[in-house]
Amino acid sequence: MVRTSAYNSIREVLAARRLDSDRDLWRRRLREVTSEAVKAALASRPGSYDLMKLLALISPAAEAYLEQMAELSQRLTTQRFGRTIKLYVPLYLSSYCVNRCRYCGFNKDNTFARVRLTIDEALAEADLLASEGFRDLLLVSSEDKAFISVEYLTDLTHKLRDRFSFVGVEIYQMSAGDYKRLFEAGIEGVTLYQETYDRAAYARYHLGGPKADYDMRLRGPDDMAAAGMREIGLGVLLGLTDWRIETLALGEHASHLIRRYWQSHISFSFPRLRPAAGVPAAEFPHLLTDKNLVQMVLALRLCFADAGLVLSTRERPQLRDHLVGLGITRLSAGSRTSPGAYSSPKTGLQQFEVDDPRKPMEVAAMLRKKGFEPVWKDWDPAFHGA
Amino acid sequence: MDKLTIADREFDSRLLVGTGKFSAPQVMARAVAASGAEIVTVALRRVDIDNPSDDTLREIDREKLLLLPNTSGARSADEAVRLSRLARAATGIDWVKLEVTPDPYYLLPDPVETLAAAETLVKEGFVVLPYINADPVLAKRLTDVGTATVMPLGSPIGSNQGLKTRAALEIIIEQSNVPVVVDAGLGLPSHAAEAMELGADAVLVNTAIATAADPVEMASAFKLAVEAGRRAYRSGPRAAKRSAEASSPLTGFLRE
Repeated sequence: MVRTSAYNSIREVLAARRLDSDRDLWRRRLREVTSEAVKAALASRPGSYDLMKLLALISPAAEAYLEQMAELSQRLTTQRFGRTIKLYVPLYLSSYCVNRCRYCGFNKDNTFARVRLTIDEALAEADLLASEGFRDLLLVSSEDKAFISVEYLTDLTHKLRDRFSFVGVEIYQMSAGDYKRLFEAGIEGVTLYQETYDRAAYARYHLGGPKADYDMRLRGPDDMAAAGMREIGLGVLLGLTDWRIETLALGEHASHLIRRYWQSHISFSFPRLRPAAGVPAAEFPHLLTDKNLVQMVLALRLCFADAGLVLSTRERPQLRDHLVGLGITRLSAGSRTSPGAYSSPKTGLQQFEVDDPRKPMEVAAMLRKKGFEPVWKDWDPAFHGA
Repeated sequence: MDKLTIADREFDSRLLVGTGKFSAPQVMARAVAASGAEIVTVALRRVDIDNPSDDTLREIDREKLLLLPNTSGARSADEAVRLSRLARAATGIDWVKLEVTPDPYYLLPDPVETLAAAETLVKEGFVVLPYINADPVLAKRLTDVGTATVMPLGSPIGSNQGLKTRAALEIIIEQSNVPVVVDAGLGLPSHAAEAMELGADAVLVNTAIATAADPVEMASAFKLAVEAGRRAYRSGPRAAKRSAEASSPLTGFLRE
């Protein structure tokens, strides 16, 4: 295998390993993993990363070792995070979008009544969420730069900081300079999924708009880290291509960022394609089973002891509840995935369908019942000089 | 057991405990009680320090326990100083466990920022208990600026690996003129006993208690281990010292 320096760009790392292009090569390597290789990976230092270790743990051969993986992952997660799960909630700001992503309900080509919230409307939504106990807020928006501008976000964040101890964003990609402005305003985390690390597939699924530029997208996390962001969320949209190869690329991306930007914390999300308006299931031949998703969670934990592992309400209660303690450290709860939907539940089109409809208090009660403390607050505006 | 003195306060217990990672605040409270600890640390990031009905804070009886806020999560001296000031303004507590850990993975303390923050906080009248790597020279630099203790790690926080830094801890203990509290990495009561046998003045434990199957029983076990280790140390003297001096097979003839 080609050795790459930690100082190369992630683009060069992926290219040298052919993770962005040669899927056949990696499919073969995955098939060739033996049970001896899986056992060796399980015997390695828990939580340490190595590409070949991750390859072994996400291989088909490792499926026979899921129970052992779960046991190791549970032990490691408890040791590093304790018996706690953090709770957060998304606040959708806009469903106007300039991009044409085939898998997304907010695709520009879809015709539906779009919604965008004024700052006052967003604050009213935020008040409702704060009254449910949330202190960790994720602002979500499609690519609606003209309205959800940097000024909008910084202004809104200033007004949110007395109610929320942590504010993150999951929005369209920005420049390093704009990320810095967000950080200075008190936005301390950014989630930006590459969606797929496979160049050819990326081109197939992103038909137009600024997001269609694979290499630009790939630079995003470096720009956030350089701007000082504390939390950087990575992910692939599970179901677009072979999840095992995507997991390898994710591992390389995280490892690259951890070596370079040693003061930023990485987390992984597991967005699995769900039914949504204009998203025909037949177009997506790589959908994951529950077993696949669990294997991915466990494999990433066993390679990244301290990474945040985040599970949204895209997943059913039964699966979410079982993954608590096995590796997941952060859950959303009570989510509504269209702008304005907390105040008036009938508003507009959802980005995806929520499969866990439980109220935040019900999710908190489930956690307590399982012997976990639901953590609403794990940060403080004082860090930021607020 | 002989008393522990930090700054101007005396304590009967030499076990400090952390309040993070527990399954519920009530479990934490029972474990703290079983540990006999009189100093409990609380992460400022986790609590609403100015709200007495905060889930964690209301389980801590401040009549009996010294609440020691920590600056966990701070990446720089500025952040740690700001958090300390806010905590003092909200609570009147002027003790602070100084943690500056810019690396979010192993949470290893930054010596440069820790020293800078300690200097500022001591000048502002805080009683500063700094979390540091087991670096004897840094320990001296910190006591020079007036910290109340030094708190060197046994191994990375939450790692349960025990006293991986033993050789450096021995030097810190030998040279220190403030209490040495071994903090982080103590995964078993035997690790705590080992630190006390070396002559540490106290230890701080969190993960090993919070994540045990029975945190209350584990807290009690740590209490016993700390007492045993201290009594062993006191009955030595330096019972654990490596160089044996009792007999002198090579030079004994000189006394004849």
